[in-house]
Amino acid sequence: MPGLGTSFGRGAATTSQRDLQHSDCVLIMGSNMAEAHPVGFRFPLMARERGATLIHVDPHFSRTSALCDRYVPIRAGTDIAFLGGVIRYVLENDLWFQEYVRHYTNAGTIIDKNFTDTEDGDGLFDGFRPRQHQYESGAKAWNYASEPAAPPTETPPEIGAESWSEKLAAIDNADPKHDDTLQHPRCVFQILRRHFSRYTPEMVASICGCPPEAVAQVAEALARNSGRERTSAIVYAVGWTQHTIGVQIIRAAGILQLLLGNIGRPGGGIMAMRGHASIQGSTDIPTLYNLLPGYIPQPATARQHETLARYLRQEHVANGVWSSFPKYAVSLLKAWYGAAASPENDFGFAWVPKIDDNYSQLPYAYKMAQGQVRGYLIFGQNPAGGNPNARLARAGLRQLDWLVLMDWFETETASYWYKDPDGADPKKIATEIFFIPAAMAAEKDGSFTNTSRLVQWHDKAADPPGDARSDAWFVYQLGLRLKEVYRDSERPRDQGLRHLTWDYGEDAERILPDGTPSRIAGEPDAEKILREINGYRVADGRQVAGYHELQDDGSTACGCWIYSGIFPEKDNNRARSRRRTPGNPAEPEWAWSWPANTRILYNRASADPDGRPWSERKKYVWWDAATRRWTGLDHPDFPPDRDPAYRPGKRSHQMEAIGGNSPFILKPDGKGWLFAPSGTRDGPLPTHYEPVESPVKNRLYAVQSDPATHLYRHKLNRYAKPADPKYPIVATTFRLTEHYLSGAMSRHNSWLSELQPEMFIEMSPLLAEEKGVANGDWITVWNARAAIEARALVTPRIQPLRVDGRIVHQIGIPFHWGYAGQVVGAVANDLTSLLTDPNVSMHEAKAFTCNLRRGRHARVARPPRPNAPQPWPEWQPMPQTPPAAQPEGAALRERRR
Amino acid sequence: MPAAFFTAAAQPAPQEPTGFFTDATLCIGCKACEVACKQWNQLPADGYEWRGTSYDNTHALSAATWRHVAFAERPCDGGGRSAPAALAPPPAESAIGTELGAPIRWLMVSDVCKHCRQAPCEEACPTGALIYNEFGNVYVQQDICNGCGYCVSACPFGVLDRAESDGRVHKCTLCYDRQKDGLEPACAKACPTDSIQFGPLSQLRARARQRLEQVRARGEDQAYLYGAEPAGEYSSLGAFFLLTDAPEAYNLPAAPRRPRAHLPRNYAWTALTAVAMAAVAGWAFAASFGREAAAPRRPAEAENEVA
Repeated sequence: MPGLGTSFGRGAATTSQRDLQHSDCVLIMGSNMAEAHPVGFRFPLMARERGATLIHVDPHFSRTSALCDRYVPIRAGTDIAFLGGVIRYVLENDLWFQEYVRHYTNAGTIIDKNFTDTEDGDGLFDGFRPRQHQYESGAKAWNYASEPAAPPTETPPEIGAESWSEKLAAIDNADPKHDDTLQHPRCVFQILRRHFSRYTPEMVASICGCPPEAVAQVAEALARNSGRERTSAIVYAVGWTQHTIGVQIIRAAGILQLLLGNIGRPGGGIMAMRGHASIQGSTDIPTLYNLLPGYIPQPATARQHETLARYLRQEHVANGVWSSFPKYAVSLLKAWYGAAASPENDFGFAWVPKIDDNYSQLPYAYKMAQGQVRGYLIFGQNPAGGNPNARLARAGLRQLDWLVLMDWFETETASYWYKDPDGADPKKIATEIFFIPAAMAAEKDGSFTNTSRLVQWHDKAADPPGDARSDAWFVYQLGLRLKEVYRDSERPRDQGLRHLTWDYGEDAERILPDGTPSRIAGEPDAEKILREINGYRVADGRQVAGYHELQDDGSTACGCWIYSGIFPEKDNNRARSRRRTPGNPAEPEWAWSWPANTRILYNRASADPDGRPWSERKKYVWWDAATRRWTGLDHPDFPPDRDPAYRPGKRSHQMEAIGGNSPFILKPDGKGWLFAPSGTRDGPLPTHYEPVESPVKNRLYAVQSDPATHLYRHKLNRYAKPADPKYPIVATTFRLTEHYLSGAMSRHNSWLSELQPEMFIEMSPLLAEEKGVANGDWITVWNARAAIEARALVTPRIQPLRVDGRIVHQIGIPFHWGYAGQVVGAVANDLTSLLTDPNVSMHEAKAFTCNLRRGRHARVARPPRPNAPQPWPEWQPMPQTPPAAQPEGAALRERRR
Repeated sequence: MPAAFFTAAAQPAPQEPTGFFTDATLCIGCKACEVACKQWNQLPADGYEWRGTSYDNTHALSAATWRHVAFAERPCDGGGRSAPAALAPPPAESAIGTELGAPIRWLMVSDVCKHCRQAPCEEACPTGALIYNEFGNVYVQQDICNGCGYCVSACPFGVLDRAESDGRVHKCTLCYDRQKDGLEPACAKACPTDSIQFGPLSQLRARARQRLEQVRARGEDQAYLYGAEPAGEYSSLGAFFLLTDAPEAYNLPAAPRRPRAHLPRNYAWTALTAVAMAAVAGWAFAASFGREAAAPRRPAEAENEVA
């Protein structure tokens, strides 16, 4: 989440869902929280019951809107315009929190004199290379004055390789040139003011289609509920991220919250609602191609990463928490390669694969469609229904040599070869498919890292049925077998696999909660893995207490430095803890939250520059002058003994560069970034660009859509031109409570399926009248890529908007259906397009264009519709392999003897 | 044969009556109550029928559906949830309010068996299958129900329904089994926002009155409690509601009818009708007899008489 990382330092929600109950105003935008996170939504509701104002700004009136005090409809994809309007209103009416902004943000920092804003570049910042459709990587003037430009790298931005030096090291000086009066024409505050001057309420209304007074109302509500005594929170989800400008929308929210002084304080912050259970965990210990555990950049061929020393030198960051990067990286290598990792062989650095291309999911879906991918291993994912442009994804699947899936049910992806209504003849598909039945969460040990960075452990309740196995079992066993295959290999590239520590086997027989021994042998011990993630001293195997104990000489091993402290002693798995702490609303003993069990990030900002709480009501973490330490309700996210009066000099480095009034300790200057001198690839400030497919031209600038967006040409992936009269209707996809994502888990369950049994599309009565559609009619929706059919749900909840003087219609498309499962329907993602935003290779499923008519789609082959629900529990017939024939059969026989 | 075979088991001691308080202002329409109910009670799905009525595809309570979340899309009158006093509603001349679509409010509430304190179904049941259990909840004893269906027509809320599979009536048990183990019912347990609250009725009523004051104080003047007190001929409900729109908006009757309340009058009318009919019949008989009596004599007799 670079939107948050660039603004504050860590790519994670700054607060927790629990803490939303202490907010005085919650702005929910780009999130359908009541439907997608119904359990978490209890906390905003608790805040409402305590008098807070809930505001929902969204293209689609959902159950969330129904529960909020105020709903503002906007056109899909115009969030920056709306937030820009709010920012302008806050600035022009002096509603910002002056003391907070002056001390805790880079508002006063002077920017390079060569910097060109979009105001002067008509929608472009300086450094844009039109032919490459991207900004220069290093030579830009998006930097603090007096700082040297970041060293240019050879890595083309589209590869998406992460680099902390590129993100942060552009600032070496802990005390950059600044003007505390905020009057200097090149200081961030004045640049900000100029940048957002165009976003007047009238302009915002004509772009977004909302009433002009809505901007002022939302801004007033937020400002009234911010300051010393009160705090406001912003909640977003994939309604913000799934845009070409998603990162910049989040940046806009970051700017607004910094101006209002809401970051690092109880009831404040930005809550990023994740799209999937433990998605936070899968970015912390990533399934991403460009990051190693703990956000350590994956070595890349195009950078000077030939040796460990060069890698560490190039990725070195002078100031803040990242200045200890060599300790995190070496400890990681030590955890992976154990005794084989030594200073002589660079701790095995050469064995870590280096990236040479963008292997993010969407680019390789495109490569797959071009026949460039041979095999595919999928755990619990459903690209045949869930990928943007799912038709293209299925075209790719058909060209694979082999496909291995682990899932609970036969999903769209598992059955594309014979169930896909617009697929090919099964006889012509050569893919060999292995379907591995997977265990459910309650059938395995492990942890969930939720959206608030909270790691909660869960124990296995029962063995999974039949041949089903946990993902961990599968990966562990696959690793054992691969190591066996390469045991005697002398090839350099196999040495990493050979030396990988892979000693997670269970030491004792596993006893289930009902007292019986587990039937399944060969399961790894999940707590052994968590112990390695926490880190330990190599010499005596003792657990480390936190990442501050890590070393770069190979004396410590740590699987993920940000999780260090989760398992501080041999038998103390803090993720297991469920102790309540009455009187402390932070509940620090309920599980464990990274970093160092911190519930609200940057919580130094909950105290004023002198270290006193801003107010008694919002007291959280403060400086105790008697003990000369930071203390409070939460773990202080700050050097524990840093005096508030301490100021760094120009030559201060590492943690000494963090001043006593600098809460953002991952930033080299310790400040919240209103202006992002580095970290984003499409500009230091958010700028309104239209979605790639939009019914109107950009009213603010000559540049239509984000100039650095990457498009993918394919006959199945055509895009509509801007303001194309053939596709005048704006479409946005959304979620229902009753189903989960592409429906792979919910449409096989009769109790959920009966609640939303059919694919439908929501439209306004006005559009229905225009198209001659009655509620319940079949309609066909099409665009440049595909056509799908669905039932029409005509509802006054969907409102047409007046955009730029004319009426623009929007439709809402739930994306839960497909051709597999008990209830079937068209795949909404057949309509969405494959493209990637410049920062995180994200698609734009939340805003695209289409057209519709009454009647069914003539050419589509329809999957058979099951008409009677099957009795629950409904399981696919499970292959009952005799235990002796199962992989662990030998062990079972052994045990019986 | 042991004597116990002939002896009925001891009646469980009556407990403090329990019930539900369902607060519509907290309902987010997630239907977790519906699913939790089906899972705990192992009830089958009712069928895959998309209705096009907002998000309500359950439509009604049935033998296999004991919780039902109702959805109502209603025009906003300015005092509702989507436009409270905290933020002024948009002026009428705004494009959103008038020309392109009226602001609306979307109401949701989870419906359930009302466990009436004086239940028409129990009054109608000829076999004694419907009883009040020790928690004061209305409960169908499956081994006694003969499937006559009198309770189905007696219930003014349409709660009771006969299952096609076994011909008997099934409805919410208020998780009798869970209550006996000291657990709250599955739906209340699953409700993420505490819109469904379970507890002793006396406590629930006090809490509901307090809650009503709170909701009214923040500007929802039209909020009221439905079924917390007896109204007209109807008893108070063991499952009552806090609503913010007319009962009909939530598919609830404004004035539920209790057939038994009409019984004396109905009997009186029946008796009166019987009397009236008897009277009419008697009159008709008498009249016909009288006519016979008054019939003209046969000419011969007359002749005889004359003679």
